[in-house]
Amino acid sequence: MDILTLFVVVPIVTVLGLVFTKNLKQARTVSMVGSLVQLAMAINLVFAYVKERAVNDSIMVFTKDLVWFKHFNIHYNIGVDGISVVMILLTAIVVLAGVFISWKMEELPKEFFISLLVLSTGVYGFFISLDLFTMFVFFEIAVIPMYLLIGIWGSGPKEYSAMKLTLMLMGASAILLVGILGIYMNSNADGGDLTFSILEIAKVNIPFEAQKLFFPMVFVGFAVLGALFPFHTWSPDGHASAPTAVSMLHAGVLMKLGGYGVFRVAMYLLPEGTLHWTDFFLVLAATGVVYGAYAAIKQTDLKYINAYASVSHLGLVLFALLMLNKTAWNGAIIQSLSHGFLTAMFFALIGMVYGRTHTRDINKIGGMMKILPFIGAIYVITGMAYLGLPGFSGFVAEMNIFVGGFQHPDMFHRVLTVLAVSSIVVTAVYILRLVGKIMMGPLETNNVENLPKATWYEKTGILLLLIPVIAIGVAPLWLSDMIRESIQPFIQGVLR
Amino acid sequence: MNICYIYLIPLIPLAVFLLLGINSKRIKPAISGYIGVLGLLSSFSLSVYAAYQYFFVLGKVDGAYPQIVDKTVWLNFTETLHIDMGIMVDSISIMMLIVVTTISLMVHIYSRGYMKGDDGYTRFFAYLSLFTFSMLGLVLATNLFQIYIFWELVGVSSYLLIGYYYTKPSAVSAAKKAFIVTRFADLGFLIGILIMGYYTGTFDFKTLNAVNPETGELVLNWASTSFMGLSVITWGLILIFMGGAGKSAMMPFHIWLPDAMEGPTPVSALIHAATMVVAGVYLVARLFPMFYFVEDCFALNIVAWVGGISSLFAAIIAITQTDIKRVLAFSTMSQIGYMMMALGVSGYEGHEGVGYMASMFHLFTHAMFKALLFLGAGSVIHAVHSNYLKDMGGLRKYMPITNITFLIAAFAIAGVPPFAGFWSKDEILVAAFENNQLLYYSGVLVAGLTAFYMFRIYFGIFWGKDRTYEHTPHESPMSMAFPLLFLAVMSVVAGFIPFSEFITADNKGFEAHLNYPLAAIAVGVGVIGIALAWIFYKKENSLSDKYAKSFGVFYKWAYHKFYFDELYLFITKKIIFDRISAPTAWFDKKVVDGTMEGIGNKTVVVSNKIKGIQSGKLQDYAFAFIVGVVVLAGVFIYLWK
Repeated sequence: MDILTLFVVVPIVTVLGLVFTKNLKQARTVSMVGSLVQLAMAINLVFAYVKERAVNDSIMVFTKDLVWFKHFNIHYNIGVDGISVVMILLTAIVVLAGVFISWKMEELPKEFFISLLVLSTGVYGFFISLDLFTMFVFFEIAVIPMYLLIGIWGSGPKEYSAMKLTLMLMGASAILLVGILGIYMNSNADGGDLTFSILEIAKVNIPFEAQKLFFPMVFVGFAVLGALFPFHTWSPDGHASAPTAVSMLHAGVLMKLGGYGVFRVAMYLLPEGTLHWTDFFLVLAATGVVYGAYAAIKQTDLKYINAYASVSHLGLVLFALLMLNKTAWNGAIIQSLSHGFLTAMFFALIGMVYGRTHTRDINKIGGMMKILPFIGAIYVITGMAYLGLPGFSGFVAEMNIFVGGFQHPDMFHRVLTVLAVSSIVVTAVYILRLVGKIMMGPLETNNVENLPKATWYEKTGILLLLIPVIAIGVAPLWLSDMIRESIQPFIQGVLR
Repeated sequence: MNICYIYLIPLIPLAVFLLLGINSKRIKPAISGYIGVLGLLSSFSLSVYAAYQYFFVLGKVDGAYPQIVDKTVWLNFTETLHIDMGIMVDSISIMMLIVVTTISLMVHIYSRGYMKGDDGYTRFFAYLSLFTFSMLGLVLATNLFQIYIFWELVGVSSYLLIGYYYTKPSAVSAAKKAFIVTRFADLGFLIGILIMGYYTGTFDFKTLNAVNPETGELVLNWASTSFMGLSVITWGLILIFMGGAGKSAMMPFHIWLPDAMEGPTPVSALIHAATMVVAGVYLVARLFPMFYFVEDCFALNIVAWVGGISSLFAAIIAITQTDIKRVLAFSTMSQIGYMMMALGVSGYEGHEGVGYMASMFHLFTHAMFKALLFLGAGSVIHAVHSNYLKDMGGLRKYMPITNITFLIAAFAIAGVPPFAGFWSKDEILVAAFENNQLLYYSGVLVAGLTAFYMFRIYFGIFWGKDRTYEHTPHESPMSMAFPLLFLAVMSVVAGFIPFSEFITADNKGFEAHLNYPLAAIAVGVGVIGIALAWIFYKKENSLSDKYAKSFGVFYKWAYHKFYFDELYLFITKKIIFDRISAPTAWFDKKVVDGTMEGIGNKTVVVSNKIKGIQSGKLQDYAFAFIVGVVVLAGVFIYLWK
């Protein structure tokens, strides 16, 4: 079996294995082994990719093409470039960390891990697909388990949140499907058969009228998942109700599908539509960046703070993509990765704090550093990374985005870029407020003396996420150059 | 000259930081102190060796001290723009290496005594090493982005150290304030960097600063785009200076510095007196040719005025403060204002560059005597367990070493010959006198005020009546006394270093002479200040209160630091929090989310309304069928008519 299909097969095999497990111990062991294999494969894929890239300069490598549904010309067409490779690595790491963080999932453990791994199957499939239809199928596979995960294992008004999240994402999917079908119906504009193949469609000159019509549909369809203002409101409620590992996976990986789809489908296949609509969406994205940051200042629930911070940081991804140049796009991809790791860390930490204090209200928690030194130290480090401190991945991403944005000499782009840059100060405000309130200052909670210290599985989960954040932050060149190289064909598409 | 070993100077503290930071619970305090001191000692020795190699072995090449650069690409942005990491060795970076490692080493030694028995002893040394690493990286930076990276890192080390006593709410909020205020200023810095990068196509200092020796202008070319009447490059420089002003606590970004005194006193000596706060001065000096040559020094004039005003403003406030660390903090701000002012009035070539030289000279001497003042103050605070003047008095009997060394430092800062401050301050006043008379008079006034407030606290601490102390104050242990003595020696000898030989704007050096009339005026003013302090404060009396009252409102304003804090609080709390954040959060909940909810709820309502149609009753369906036939028939008939 080829190197990419395994990424879909292994989670499915793990799920099948999980069906036969009887208790938490077995379920988590099977999931851990499955995710470890997956991570090993992802790391292997990075090296294999670098090796392959040296001899193969086609846009996608490791491609495979099987006809799936002949009548509509639907293929199981897969392949990766540097961008999908790093996204797969991100997924593998976050899933494994999520399994560790859910080590003590007492309630219906088997079903929980099954849903988690089904979700990851969808994500992997999405990242390797080169066929619009297959991609959409995997997209749905990734979104649907979310309903169960929040509805069953969630907290607070979980049914409401699950319903809201699913309905909004489904609504977006419906628009997206229309957009995709629109692209499909125009894929024979230069003669030939209708096709769903991304690489084939990219060569076709879809009529401008069609591009103008379908670009917003595809863009919004994906961008809702990427928390585009004003379609982000599913995210705070959804995150707040979701169990820790689900929040991690959702904010860390699933939301990245949005930016990835925008870049891979909307912008690559509809370049003229992109140019036509870019200013409009740029304003929305920039609004999201600033708006999310200001909204985060006023929240008092740890998860809400993080959810709004995600609106701001993922707004930056869309913002960078809409800047339409290589530097900014590079920043967008790195920001996706960086935010993926960091937000997963944040949610993991919130889970740890919540698991011990049973509250997420920042006014009721204080001085945790004294009694939970490991969690406290990591919280401060994560906060610093989140606000874009050099030495961590966020800085590399943001600087690419800002320098990229500033490459446009006109006032419109400049003003928006400066606006986006100003969000780094607001980010500092809410992060330091948060850290200062809950980790520092005098102790606030009762019976604090016997709070359990961080356990080995919690530490493992956190360190798994922290290592890549520091690795990217300290030595970004390899990653950045790998991504830049892969961006080249896509940027040419937009600027042709 | 082989410069590879210079990489070790910052990397050793980094290694110490990682070692102590990761193992902070496992390493015994006593050992971590030794590791910290040992690490810094090696960095210090390497710096001294590097300075010797650079100035005396290598010497001048073609009549000027060369800039030696070694770097590698760290991150690519575009085909031309990239961030490099590397080291740049030239006269000011070597000087800063000496300053940073000397003070840091002394503070490390001192902290072994001062922090003894503290819970977070190892953590403290880890942070100190982190700071030292970042500061050394900043000093050695080869390009704007590299300096920005380390700039942020010193900011965060400062945050960690101010908030070292993290269970104290005041320390936490001071740390937060310092970080956010400087980050706001750094916003300007970053945008300035973006402008520079876009218009000049490089971040590299050497390329930016290159001066053509024949025309006496910058080699660099850029599109002459202007914005609001000023060249974009001038805007870039102003914005970069905004970052420098934030870090160096210049008006109006100074509000974080007094609060930063919440950190342990050795930290104040290292970061908030001698090294980090002069980073802004260093930044301007680093880009000095750009500041000087672009658009007739427009940006440089801003530097001069901001420096001059800050200097006067801080000196006035310093007189009224009662917390000795805050007096020293405002004094630091005032002296850094001096340095900025000197840079701002400086020329470029030969003797015209006296301001630049004076600024660097003062940076050097000030680091020594201000660190000494802070460490001395720490020694006093250690003995009496209070920061306030009202809890001190008559300590000279109990703490002879602290008394003598503090007195030396006070003489140095007051500009009394032959102490170090006299020489550097004199050069600053010469530079100001030659270029901007108004700033010169303000500078002279500041010199008098400085002497006055410094001897006010000197007499207040060491003379006057004894207070009721918890236990009899005693001299600090040797680990704390040694740095005091060492720095006291430096505060005397540093003034005799012929700076103009080594460190000048054009790197060529010139011969400086003492300007006797100006020196006499400066010393005279200083002596008057000291004499007034003697009258008011040597023996406790009510004179000072009486005069303070006669200043009335003005005194009150100065005491409240001219209400800058209140102004900022108003902006953040009342405007940003209440007028921007809260409405945003409300808008999100009610309007944006409300719309989405509304759509959802309306769907339910509509579906509830129309679900009755599917009643399951045959007669209803038959009725609908007939209505349908009639309507369609009508439509068809109408259409075919």
